[in-house]
Parts: sequence; C-alpha cells; structure tokens
Amino acid sequence: MSDEKKFAGYICTGCGIGDRLDPSQLESIATREGKMQSCKQHEMLCNSEGVQMIRDDIANDAVTHVMIAACSRRAKVEAFNFTDVALTRANLREGVIWVRPDADEHQETTQEMADDYVRMACAELRSMSKPASSGEQQLNKTIMVVGGGITGMTAAIEAAAAGYPAHIIEKSGALGGQAADYIKSIPTRSPYSEPQDTGVAAMIASIEANDLITVHLNSTVAKTAGAPGRFSVDIATESGAVVTETFGAIIQATGFNLYDPSGLMQFGYSSSPDIITNGELEKLVKASNGGPIKRPSDGKEVKAVAFVQNVGQSSTEKGQLSYHSGIGDLIAIKQAMYFKAQNGDCDTTILFNNLRTPGAAGEDFYRAGQEKMVTFSKGEVSEVVAGDSLEVKFKDLILDEETSMQADLVVLDVGMMPNSGPDPYAVPMVIDEDAEKTEEAEVKAPTVTVDSILNLDYRQGTDLPHLKNGFTDSHFICFPYETRRTGIYAAGPLRRPMDMRQAQDDAAGAAMKAIQAAENAGKGMAAHPRAGDLSFPKFRMDGCTQCKRCTVECPFGAINEDEKGYPMFNESRCRRCGTCMGACPVRVISFENYSVETVNQQIKNVEVPEEFDEKPRILVLACENDAYPALDQAAMNGVEINPWARVIPVRCLGSVSLSWITDSLNSGYDGIVLMGCAKGDDYQCHFVRGSAMAHERMGKVGDTLSSLNLEPERVVVYEVAITDVERAPKLINDMAETVEKIGLSPFKF
Amino acid sequence: MSDLNTAMTERYRSSFLKEVEANVEEGEWVKMCMQCGVCAGSCPLGNAWEHTPQKLFMMIRAGKREAVLSSDAMWMCTSCYNCIARCPRGLPITHIMHGLAHYAKRLGLSPKNQPTQQFAQIFWDNLMKKGRVNELKLGLSMYFKDGFGQGIKNAMANQKLGQNMMKAKRMSAMELFGGHSIKDTSGLQKMIKKAQEIEDAKIQGNS
Repeated sequence: MSDEKKFAGYICTGCGIGDRLDPSQLESIATREGKMQSCKQHEMLCNSEGVQMIRDDIANDAVTHVMIAACSRRAKVEAFNFTDVALTRANLREGVIWVRPDADEHQETTQEMADDYVRMACAELRSMSKPASSGEQQLNKTIMVVGGGITGMTAAIEAAAAGYPAHIIEKSGALGGQAADYIKSIPTRSPYSEPQDTGVAAMIASIEANDLITVHLNSTVAKTAGAPGRFSVDIATESGAVVTETFGAIIQATGFNLYDPSGLMQFGYSSSPDIITNGELEKLVKASNGGPIKRPSDGKEVKAVAFVQNVGQSSTEKGQLSYHSGIGDLIAIKQAMYFKAQNGDCDTTILFNNLRTPGAAGEDFYRAGQEKMVTFSKGEVSEVVAGDSLEVKFKDLILDEETSMQADLVVLDVGMMPNSGPDPYAVPMVIDEDAEKTEEAEVKAPTVTVDSILNLDYRQGTDLPHLKNGFTDSHFICFPYETRRTGIYAAGPLRRPMDMRQAQDDAAGAAMKAIQAAENAGKGMAAHPRAGDLSFPKFRMDGCTQCKRCTVECPFGAINEDEKGYPMFNESRCRRCGTCMGACPVRVISFENYSVETVNQQIKNVEVPEEFDEKPRILVLACENDAYPALDQAAMNGVEINPWARVIPVRCLGSVSLSWITDSLNSGYDGIVLMGCAKGDDYQCHFVRGSAMAHERMGKVGDTLSSLNLEPERVVVYEVAITDVERAPKLINDMAETVEKIGLSPFKF
Repeated sequence: MSDLNTAMTERYRSSFLKEVEANVEEGEWVKMCMQCGVCAGSCPLGNAWEHTPQKLFMMIRAGKREAVLSSDAMWMCTSCYNCIARCPRGLPITHIMHGLAHYAKRLGLSPKNQPTQQFAQIFWDNLMKKGRVNELKLGLSMYFKDGFGQGIKNAMANQKLGQNMMKAKRMSAMELFGGHSIKDTSGLQKMIKKAQEIEDAKIQGNS
C-alpha cells in the first residue's frame, strides 16, 4: 500500500439531515475548506448501498481517509466499520438537527453548527493516520495462575477447558488453599438444607490428570517482567531454584486471610484455647475425624457451642474491618450443623445482630438451620469470660436485657481480608493527591501482608493497586475482573469478600478475560475497554524532557523508565486512554488517530464569529464513555442544546491537554465545558484515574485564565454519568447563560 | 396440676423450647421464627399485652419458662389472624398463642385474675352443663365473678341493656331455670371426657 493519503467525504442526507440542512453547502465546505478530494452525498448512507459506495471507493480509488457526516459516532457503528482506513464522523444528527428546534429563525445557527462539525471532522481527519499495531506483539496462550486455592484451581481448569495451557503457582506444598481445611461448604444446590462436599479433592484430581495444567508447588513469583502476550516470570521454589516461564496473561487468585481477633480483648481470644475463630473450627472438626467434637483445652466433648457473629467487622473502630464479609452467618449455620450432625442434643446458639444469609439459597439454609434446632438469638456480645465453662455475656436485643449463656466452645465469626500484596501507591508518590489518599487508607485498613506477590518489574510498583481495605482496584460495576494492570486479572476474595461458589464464578470470568487479553495482545489490540483498538501512543523521544509525568500518571503502569528517565512504553499494557498524552507538558505523546493535534485542529477550524456578531462559541470536551452518550441520548429525547456549543469527544478526560484550553481561549472561545466521569472512591471513570487527573490538572487552569485576564467561570469541569441525560445538555446551556452574563471573550479577531 | 408442672420442669430442664415443641399445639413452629417483628407490629391489641408473639418466641428460646407460661399475652389474643396472614415465615401464630394458653392452664401457671382467662373458664363450665351456652347465666356469672356486691353493681349498671334485650325477645328470664340443652348432653360430656383422657395421657407420657 502506498503512503499517499486520499481523503473522501460522505454526507448522509437521511434521517431529516437533508431537509433541515443545506447538503450542498456542507459538501462545498468539505471540499473547499476541509480539502476532501472527493465528497459524495447519499440519501441513506448506512444502508447496504451507501456502505458499498464507500467500500468501492476504498477499494478502487485508494481512499485512505474517510469523513462521514451523518449521525453520532456511537450510532451505526457496525455499518461504518472500515478497518483499513482512518475514519472520522461529523455528528449532524444527534449533534445538530435533533438538538435544535426546526424553525426558520433557528435555521441560520443550526446550519452554522453543521458547517462547523464538517470543518472539524475534516480537520481532524487530515491530522490522523491509519492506526496499525506496533509489530512488537506476540501471541502466548499460556496463562499463569497465582494461587492454588479454589479460585486458582477453577481458573486453571477453565482456561485449560478452553484449550489454553495454565501454570498454577502455589506457595504451600499442596493445592486446595483454605478450602482444603474445610469439612463441607455452604450448599449450592437445591434444597440448600445440608452442607455439601467442598469439591477440593475432585478438583485436585482433575488438575493432576490434565496435561494442559502445570503445577508449581512450594513456589512463589520472584519477578514478573514484560507485558501481556510476553510476560516473563521467574518462579522461585523453596529450594532456591528459579525457573523462567513466559505467559500471555496472569490471573491472581491469592485469596484471603482471616482477621486476627487477638486485639479485641472483650472476646477473650487469647485467654482460652476454647475461644477460636471460624477458620480454626474447621480444623478442629476435621481433627475429630467424624467422632465427637472435642474442645481444645481438655478434650471434653462439646455439648454447648456459641457462635459470636460479626467480630471485628462492619466496625468504625480503628484496627477493625470497616466492611462485612457477608458470608459469616452462613458459615456459622453450616458449622452449627457439624455439631448437630454429630450430636442432635448439642446446644448451638448463634448470637447475631443482623443475620445476613444472602440469596435465595441463603434463606433456605437459614430455615434448615432452624429446623435442626440451631438457636438464633439476636444479641450483642459484650464479653466472653474464660473458665472451665465459658460465659458469653450479651444483650438480648429482642427482650432488651443483659444476659449470659454458658458454652464449652465459643466460635468467633471473623472477617476475610484480601491477600493482595502491597499497594504500589501506599508509599507517597510524586503526585500530592495520591499521598493524601494513602494516608487515609492507612488509617482505615489493617495491612494484611507486606510481601509482594507478583513482584512486577513495573515503574509503578510490584503489585496490583488497591481500591480500599486492600481489595484490588477495578471498575467495579462494568468490568469487575479488571485490575489496574492490563492482562493481570484478579479473581476471588482479593477482589471482595465472597464464598466458594462466587469465587468459582469469579475464576471462570477472570479466565475468560485472561484468554481475551492474551489473544488481543497477540494481535496488538487493546484488551479493554477499547477492545480491538489498534492505535497506541507514540513518544517523540527527541522532544522528551524526562519529566516522568507520563510514567507516574499512567493509571495502568504501562510505562517504565530507562536509566536516564526516558519513558519505555509497553504497548500491550496500554488501555489507550491517552492520560499520558494529557499529562505530557511538551506534547510528544500521540496516537495515530488521536492526538493533541487532531483535537487542536478541530478547535482551530471552528469558525469563531467576530465580537459584534454576538455569536459566542462554547467548546465542550466530552468523555466518549459517559458524557458523549448522555448527550446522544438527550438528542434522542429531543432535549435542546445551545447552538453556540461545539462538542468534541475525547477518549477520557484524562487525555485532555491543557494546550487545548489555552489555545481555544486564545482563539476567541467564550466558554469551555469539560465533562468526565465520576472520580474518587466510587469512581466511574473507565480508565480509573483519568477523570481525577483531569480535575487535578484543571484545578490549575484558573492561573491560565487570570494570566489572560479572563473570568474563571469560563472554564468548568463536571462529573457526568451516562444517565445524566437531562443534566448534560443543561450544563452546556448554563455555560451559554454564563457567557451572556459575563460577556463575550475579548480574544476574538 | 402442679405435679405435672414439676414433672415437666424436671424432664425438659435443659430446653424449654423442646418442652414447647412436644407439648404445645403447633409448638414445633416456634423455632422457625426469624424475629422480624411483623406479628408484633400487626397485632391490633399489641400494646395491651405484656409480651408480643415475637417476644414470647424469643423468651421460649431463651428458656424463660415461668415468664412465658404466666404471661397474659396468650389470653389477650382475639384470633383476628392478622399475624398469621402476615408472617413471612408462615408460622400459625394465633394457634401457637392458643396452644400456649392451653398448656399454661394445664400446668396451673396461667395468671389467676386475668379477666379473659376467667371468662374462658366460665364459658367452658357454662357450655359443658347443657352442651350449649346459656347467655343469661353466662352474663350473670361474669357479673358476679368478683363477689356478690360487685355483681349487683355490674347488674345495675347494665340494667337498661338487659331490659331492652328482653323487650326485643333477645333474652328470656326463663333461661334462669334450667334453660335449653342439646339432645344428648351426657353423650357430649362423655365425648369430652374421653378427649381429655387422651390428651392427659399424651401429656403424662411426655412428663
């Protein structure tokens, strides 16, 4: 294919575009101003005939760059899917005619809007090139699973079932993890009335019989280098030997540890061997080998057992868990049944405040416990007194009285804490905001482990970043298995507390994602959320000042540094959000089809009328994930948007370069509205930190404004959700009112 | 009956809940209560009781035998069935309440001067004589249950009502002398006696 560029424009006149706008004027703008070498109109561009017309031009006339002026870039994606060319879309339907009233007095401004969108699209297209992968990509189908518990074993089995080899790295000498100690598990099958077999033995047997699964026992990950498709991992065995293996993707399934209740003096955990945790009870019962369950202190058979629920969980106290594990009450019911099965006369009392038995199965299991005469008492335990017989003092919350009961054994329901390794952002970093966040997190969450699990050879730390309480960070609602390290997926209780059934579902999901990541890495495509995107940031190294902002601010740790401090980019670790591009003060980072230049060209090619025309211009930079679809939806609902607005979709607000703001203010724009996703603990940003970064950077835009002698109200940053269908247009219209109030920009020429 | 009470206490020393399960009509349901409190909130007489059903069930589990059996709560139930209709766990609460009342009465632990409990006894005695309720005698028995002087006062207070009922032929003074009976009174009495024997044997067997 020759390097010659050929630009072609296509204007759709369907969906009322031809009736409301002047297509011939748009065509002449595209060819004269937009320098499209050809421009065609079609009455329904998205039908097979229209699409074929474009295809033919690409095939026969060597068109390399296509500008489609029709509907929103989010509509008709399937029809306008031309992979061999650079493509841009001018949004005349959702962007113009659907948000403007159909009346003669509005005709002029509506047409101006459309003219500008065509100008912008053409200008953008001219500074774009066709995305192509780097050529560095490798396909490696082998998946590494760290952790050989229920989650890890399931992940390996699922990957192998799909034909992908898996390696399990297990620290201990046997597979099975915590579940190997369990007698039975919470039932997952109807009628949900009896504890059921854990399935661990069967899983181990199936792994041993599976040729696609390799197990490394007594092993840890000494070093993980590389990127998806080419991870190079040093696996260290206890004996000191190190083997290096390569992997396409990684699943971390390192599970959880139980909270240590020693610090909670009122429960007397350290004062008597007969006060144990729910985890220790499994071992105790297992040791009884099906015989009478004997208490640890003197081997006497347990005739009365009290389960104290919610110990050190959902608490506001320092050093306790601020969250609840959710399954402790089901575990207590299951464990009470161990005693009932052994001796029907054994008194089993569950002391709870809020009994949580999630799911329909949970409710059935609760009833089954009641039918077996497990006593449920709503009470708040104040103290457990050690002695020959343990005294559990509690307040009966139904009868509203202080009371107590005697028990041979007391079982404390302690919570699950993720075994997720150290948080790479727990040490204060260059950015102040991160440091503040870390201090907060330290007070909240007791640290589980300080030993690194993955030992990532990444600029931004050795392990997966945490969200809070040590749980790994992911876009929790939309992309649960994702982490902030591309190609590395978290599964099981290091994501959130969960039971074995949920952990198995989780593992299967993570295995599928890992396979997808390995495959996409092999094709040089982005894995998520811009799945299939071939573009990736390129660094013009001769312009780089080694400021390290890109290496520090990349939310996914995609960029390493060489010894001189230059960025070392890893294409397959990248999510293509452009946060590095927004960070770079010297603008040396760009994508083939998205760069400082592509947006700058759009900004510059909007026609800014002179001051006495009294037609302001408002630049809207809208995140393509949430804000832009919200505006599209508003258009479908017929919500009016001010005709002065010119909306440019951005990959993420994090990719917004400050130069766009200064340049547009300098060229006479009157107001700028930035719309990103929610940031903070409950963030909705698809790129985790992008929106937060943008807010941080724009916090300093006031200085720019005052240096230009402009009012600070001219630039506003909002968090917009995809559901803000009414609010998003209103924010734009509000800016129009603001501009009217404070007057037009003095920078018009 | 206190002998039975002693025997029961002895037998179920460890668990009042088990005693209720074995001896109280529908008592096996008590363990299934999940303490949501819907019954307590649904009861139209709830605030007139010593204990709501929710509390009673909790007390049974907590082994508060004396307090449960001497409670007035079961005697205040009007059988409106609101609690049964609303219980999310489907407990026959009204029936359990009556079962508890019965059991308490049998053990001789029911509250002595509780008016509805007294009324229940008077009603029963009245019914057993002729096989049907003699309303005039039943009314008078209620008036005079707290002594002769109080009885006269009660009768005087309701004088007008009585006269009007007689005028409307809703009540006849002749009922004082014998009154109506069913065809086979002794047959009914035998039947009841047999039923009582069976029930006693069952309870004794449990004791």
